[in-house]
Amino acid sequence: MSGSLGAWEMIVSGDATLYAIVRLSLAVSLSAVAIAVLIGLPLGAVLALTRFRARTALIVLLNGFMGLPPVVVGLTVFLLLSRSGPLGVFGILFTPLAMVIAQALLVVPIIASLSRQTIEDLWHEYRDELTAMNVGPVGRMSTLLWDSRFSLLTALLAAFGRAAAEVGTVMIVGGNIDGFTRTMTTTIALETSKGNLPLAMGLGIILIALIVAINAAAWGIRVWSEQRAG
Amino acid sequence: MSSDLPVQFEGVSVQAGSTVILDDVNLSIAPGQPTMVIGPNGSGKTTLLRLCMGLSVPTTGRITWGGRDALRPGRLAMLFQRPVMLRRSVADNITYGLAKAGLSRKQRLARMEQVLSRVGLLELAGRPARRLSGGEQQRVALARALAREPELLLLDEPTASLDPAATRAVEDIITMAAQSGIKIVMASHDLGQVRRLAGEVAFLVRGRLCERAAATDFFDRPSTREAAAFVRGDLVI
Amino acid sequence: MNRRLFSAFAALALLFAGSATAVAQDKSIVVASTTSTQDSGLFDYLLPLFKTKTGIDVKVIAQGTGQALDTARRGDADVVFVHAKAQEEKFLSEGFGVKRYDVMYNDFVLIGPKSDPAGVKGTKDITAAFEAIRAKQAPFVSRGDKSGTHSAELKLWKEAGIDIDAAKGEWYRDIGQGMGAALNTAGAMNAYVLSDRGTWLSFKNRGDLEVVVEGDKRLFNQYGVMLVNPEKFSTVKADLGQSFIDYLVSEDGQKAISEYKIDGQQLFFPNAARDPS
Repeated sequence: MSGSLGAWEMIVSGDATLYAIVRLSLAVSLSAVAIAVLIGLPLGAVLALTRFRARTALIVLLNGFMGLPPVVVGLTVFLLLSRSGPLGVFGILFTPLAMVIAQALLVVPIIASLSRQTIEDLWHEYRDELTAMNVGPVGRMSTLLWDSRFSLLTALLAAFGRAAAEVGTVMIVGGNIDGFTRTMTTTIALETSKGNLPLAMGLGIILIALIVAINAAAWGIRVWSEQRAG
Repeated sequence: MSSDLPVQFEGVSVQAGSTVILDDVNLSIAPGQPTMVIGPNGSGKTTLLRLCMGLSVPTTGRITWGGRDALRPGRLAMLFQRPVMLRRSVADNITYGLAKAGLSRKQRLARMEQVLSRVGLLELAGRPARRLSGGEQQRVALARALAREPELLLLDEPTASLDPAATRAVEDIITMAAQSGIKIVMASHDLGQVRRLAGEVAFLVRGRLCERAAATDFFDRPSTREAAAFVRGDLVI
Repeated sequence: MNRRLFSAFAALALLFAGSATAVAQDKSIVVASTTSTQDSGLFDYLLPLFKTKTGIDVKVIAQGTGQALDTARRGDADVVFVHAKAQEEKFLSEGFGVKRYDVMYNDFVLIGPKSDPAGVKGTKDITAAFEAIRAKQAPFVSRGDKSGTHSAELKLWKEAGIDIDAAKGEWYRDIGQGMGAALNTAGAMNAYVLSDRGTWLSFKNRGDLEVVVEGDKRLFNQYGVMLVNPEKFSTVKADLGQSFIDYLVSEDGQKAISEYKIDGQQLFFPNAARDPS
C-alpha cells in the first residue's frame, strides 16, 4: 500500500489492497459474530429459562467477561494454537481462522449476557400466557428468540462493533501478514508506527464509517420490521 | 374426548410465606351459567383462577379436573388483566397456539378469520398486535382463547383498565361465548358487570369462600354480613 | 428475519472457510522477521520478485528480533530473518536453527531533535554522543523490546562505559514497542533515539527530528537468515524455506536488495558470503 496516497484517494481510486483489507476485516468479524451467535444465543436462552445451582455464578462470570481484555484473549488463543501448543497440529496460527476464533471468544460473553437479559425479560412477560397455552420448552425457547429478535439484533451489533474495532487479539494471533491477515485495525496500527498518521487516520475514519453504516442499516431493518410485527 | 369439568376444589389453601392467600376453599365448577368470582382486592380471586388453570399449585388440599389430578392441555383458556400480546401480527397471535392442536395451515387461517370476525377485528389482522389499543388487545386475547375452542374460559378482571365502550365490546363477546356453551369463570370487582353477566356468584373475603349463590339471590338476599356490606358498597375488611 | 440473518451468516462463514482453505493449499511459508525489514518497505519490493520467480507466497510476521526468534522457537515460523548476531547464534546453538547466512547490512543512526540539547550533532563517535546524552540527562527513547535495535543500543551503552541499568532515570524512556512507535514517541518528546536507517528513511512523521550521528563503524547492523530446524518441528516447510534463503543470498537476490531505494538512497547493502557462518 503506497503511503503517499491519502485514504480518500484510495477509496475513490478503488485501491485493490484497501478493498481486500476491508473485505477481510468484515469477513473475519462477521464470521466471528456468526460463530458466537451459535454458541451465545443458546447459552443465553438456557440461562434465562432454567434454574440450576451454578446459574448465578455463571451469569456474573459472563457479565464480567463482556469486558475481557483483548490482549489476554489473544495471548490465550496464541498459546493454544501455536505449533508448541495443544492445538498446534492444526496449523491455524497466523491465519484468518485464528482471528475468527479469537474474536468469537471475545464476543460470546456479550451475546450470551445480552440475550439472557432480553430473553429473561420477555419470559417474565410471556410466562403465564405460554404456560396457559401449554407450550413446551422447545416451543418456548423458539418463541422467545423469535419475539425478541429486534433486541437480539442490538446484541449482535454490540458484538460486531467490538469484534471489528479490536486490534489486540488479531495482531497477536493473525500476525498482521500483508495480504493475508492484515485487517483495518492492524493496518491502522502499522501505519501509525510508520509515522504515516494521515493514512492511519483516514483508515480509522473508514472503519468508523463502516461500523456506523452497518448499525444504521440494522436500525433501518429494525424500524421497518417493527412496523410490521410490533 | 373426556371433559376437564367439573373442576373440584377440596380443602384448598395457598400460603405465601406466612400470608394466607386462600383458606380451605371447597368449590365445584361445572358447566352452566357464568360464575363471577367477586370480592375486595387481595381476597384471592386471581389465585383462585390461576389454580383452576394449573398455573399455581395449592399448599394444601386437592384440585381435580373431571375427576383427574391433572388437567388436560388445550381445553382450558385464560385471559389476564393485562393481555399478553406476542410481538407478532394480530393474525399470528391467533394462529400461534393452533399449530399444536393439529390443525392444517388452511384450517388455522379459516379459524383465525372466523374468531377475528366474531370479535370484530378482522380488518386489523395484519397489524402488529402490540400497537393496538388496550380494548382491542383484550379482544384479540379473547379471540385467541376462543380459537382453541375451550370448554372453560377463565377471565381475570379483563376489563379493569378499559373504558366503557371497550368494556361493552368485551362483555358482548363473553356473553356470546357463554351462550355457545363455554363455561365462563370471571373475576371482577365491578358490581354492575357482575349483574350484567352472572349466572352465579362466588364471593371471596380474605381468602375464604364466604358465599356462593345465584346472582339474583346474592344481590337481593345476601346471607352473610360481609356480602351485605359488599353489595351496599361498603368497605369490606 | 432472524432465520434469514442466520443463513446469511452461515453462507458467509462457509464462503470464508472456503477461501481460507484455498489459501492454505498455496505454496507459502511464514517468515518471522523484524519491523525494520517490513516498515522500511524492503519486503514490499523483494517478495513480489521472489513470488514471480518461484511461485512461493511469503507471509511475514514483523516483530522485534527477540520476539521473532521466540516465534520460531515455538515452531510457528519456517524462516527467521533478523539482525542481532549474538541472539541468532544462541538460537543456533540451542538447535532451533539449521544454518545462519549473512544477507545484508544497513546501519543505525542516532536521531535527535534539531535543537540538539546534548550538543552531539556532527560527531562521528557514537559512544561519545551516548556519554553526552547521559551527562546532560537529555531525553532518550529506548525500544526496550529485546529487538535487534534494542540489543545494539544496550551494547553501545556498554561500550561507552555506562551501566544503563544504574544510570537510567527519568530522561531514559523504555517504551517496549517497535521502531515506528519509538520514533513517534521521540518526536513527541523531543528525545534522542537509535534507529535503523531504513525505518528512519521511510518514516513520515518526523516533526523536529533529524539524523544527529551517523557513520561510526560500531553502528553497523548485520542481517542474518536461518531455516528453522525441521528436526525440531516436522511442520517446517524446509524446501520452500530454503528456496527463500537461497534466493536472498543468490546473485539475483543480492542485486535486488541493492536496488531497493527510497528517495534515491540505498537502504540495505548486500554482503552474503559464499559459505554460511
